Amino acid sequence: MSTAPNVFVFDEIAEADVAAAIARYPAGKQASAVMPLLDIAQRQLARQTGSAWVPRAAMDEIARRLGMAAIRVYEVATFYLMYNTKPVGKFHLQACTTTPCWLRGSDDVVAACKRVAGITSFGETSADGLFTLTEVECLGACVNAPMLQINDDYYEDLDTERTEALLNGLKQGGALPPPGPTNGRHASAPKTGQTTLLQTSTPAE
Amino acid sequence: MLSDADRIYQNLYGQQDWRLAGARARGDWDGISDILGRGRDALIEEVKASGMRGRGGAGFPTGMKWSFMPKQSDGRPSYLVVNADESEPGTCKDRDIIRHEPHKLVEGCLIAGFSMGAHTGYIYIRGEYYNESRHLQAAIDEAYEAGLLGKNAAGSGWDFDLYVHRGAGAYICGEESALLESLEGKKGMPRMKPPFPAAMGVWGCPTTVNNVETIAGIPTILRRGPAWFSALGRPKNAGTKIFCISGHVNNPCNVEEELGIPMRDLIEKHAGGVRGGWDNLQAVIPGGASMPILTKDVCDTILMDFDSLKEARSGLGSGAVIVMDKSADVIKAIWRLAKFFKHESCGQCTPCREGTGWMMRMMERLVEGRADKAEVDLLEQVTKQVEGHTICAFGDAAAWPIQGLLRNFRPLVEQRMAEYRERTALPVAAE
Repeated sequence: MSTAPNVFVFDEIAEADVAAAIARYPAGKQASAVMPLLDIAQRQLARQTGSAWVPRAAMDEIARRLGMAAIRVYEVATFYLMYNTKPVGKFHLQACTTTPCWLRGSDDVVAACKRVAGITSFGETSADGLFTLTEVECLGACVNAPMLQINDDYYEDLDTERTEALLNGLKQGGALPPPGPTNGRHASAPKTGQTTLLQTSTPAE
Repeated sequence: MLSDADRIYQNLYGQQDWRLAGARARGDWDGISDILGRGRDALIEEVKASGMRGRGGAGFPTGMKWSFMPKQSDGRPSYLVVNADESEPGTCKDRDIIRHEPHKLVEGCLIAGFSMGAHTGYIYIRGEYYNESRHLQAAIDEAYEAGLLGKNAAGSGWDFDLYVHRGAGAYICGEESALLESLEGKKGMPRMKPPFPAAMGVWGCPTTVNNVETIAGIPTILRRGPAWFSALGRPKNAGTKIFCISGHVNNPCNVEEELGIPMRDLIEKHAGGVRGGWDNLQAVIPGGASMPILTKDVCDTILMDFDSLKEARSGLGSGAVIVMDKSADVIKAIWRLAKFFKHESCGQCTPCREGTGWMMRMMERLVEGRADKAEVDLLEQVTKQVEGHTICAFGDAAAWPIQGLLRNFRPLVEQRMAEYRERTALPVAAE
């Protein structure tokens, strides 16, 4: 966890991304880069402090770089859910509880997250600073429900046991495992075998 | 059932190589310069003849939409914008296209851009699809390297640049004018129409916004011919569609099928059937969160296409089929959608900003049964006051699930209230 810095400077890695982002939009329309720049700043914070968030100082720097009023950057940063305006844990657990996930047991996934992290409600961060739990709306992986997004990765087809195993692995210092279904199925194909594309589905490589 | 040979997305499940070499082996980019050589007007006519209707939810004829773009520039550039902000609860089809068939989308963008006179395209992808956006960017990079994008793209004489813009977690940005605001670096708040995007879209320039599945299907249609596509499906509901079957089925999955397939076939042939058998079915939301819920007797015979579902007072929407068996609390399922809409309202229009919160709180009481009949009528009335009274269709989308519940499951709602009354009635002292 980090406290709010007073100054923010894009580092070398970020500067390359900033230049590429601004170049994607027509000349004079650099305000369009405000979303990518907020994301770049958040990723830099994650690299430097282990917590992916956007402090006010970063928003001010983005406003300066893009020639925008600071308030326009604050507006964008607070309108979109993915910009964290407060520090979050090293692993940001984003549990989908919208109807398709709820029908298939997202309550169990949420309960497992709370149990392993030792927290009682959404928005809390675990005492060790490892986990922050956020309730999110549909993440668009509905045929692999219930699912949990951790940082950039989707973990799908979860249940109580597999959620606990996943988070306990992280608690013991492990890295994030490869994303995707946790029950052995392939992407969005039916679990017990495909009903279509039977001739053409030869594995890659 | 649709034959495998007629499926557009041969790598829907991603077992094959998604990169350029694999895409080329599946026929992508094949003869692209000949296709563009047919000329702008001919291509729009072919798309019209195919009967392709937009796959994002509204089902507007794609060729006609393209024809609204100016033929001659008045000095302003034209833009193609692809809506990859897939956020309608239940929907996860564009995700599979982007991660497993990105070149179909990239090639479709070149064709669409050329056909509407756009030298630049932006793909607005929801921010949470981070890994998917990396596949997409890699596919774009490969296309540039192979000369398929950029100056004189694919040897066509047409310059075309394509960029990815990542969203950041706002459902409303799936609404096309909110998406354009967001692309301009603002809060995603919908614009008044007119002017329509074809006259004044992103940065005040002519713009067409199309869904991922619409654009990604175009190259195959032009390769196999509009007659091939229009022969699939049903009249005015042509072609194939990726359906997302979630909820209480044995095998939730995505599958590409013909439009007009009976819902029961879709669920039983591809998704392993309803948990506990077809007779254990209680309800289906047939087209993503905003489409009204259907009872089992309708599901027994309904066909999955735009017009059939509209006739049943629901809609195909994005093709997301959310199934609920008899164990599901249907009222709570709709309350959760009301909560979704309350969370995602952008707050610009009062009926929506205030109405979604009010409707959610009222639904919360219906879940418990803590309401009386007059209040249920009042709730219905309020949904009518939100519907049609907002700048964008979000207000309608928030009202319809509740209207569907009250229209089709009113006895269940009333039963819940009766149970609550019984449970909480004070014992009456004997006189």
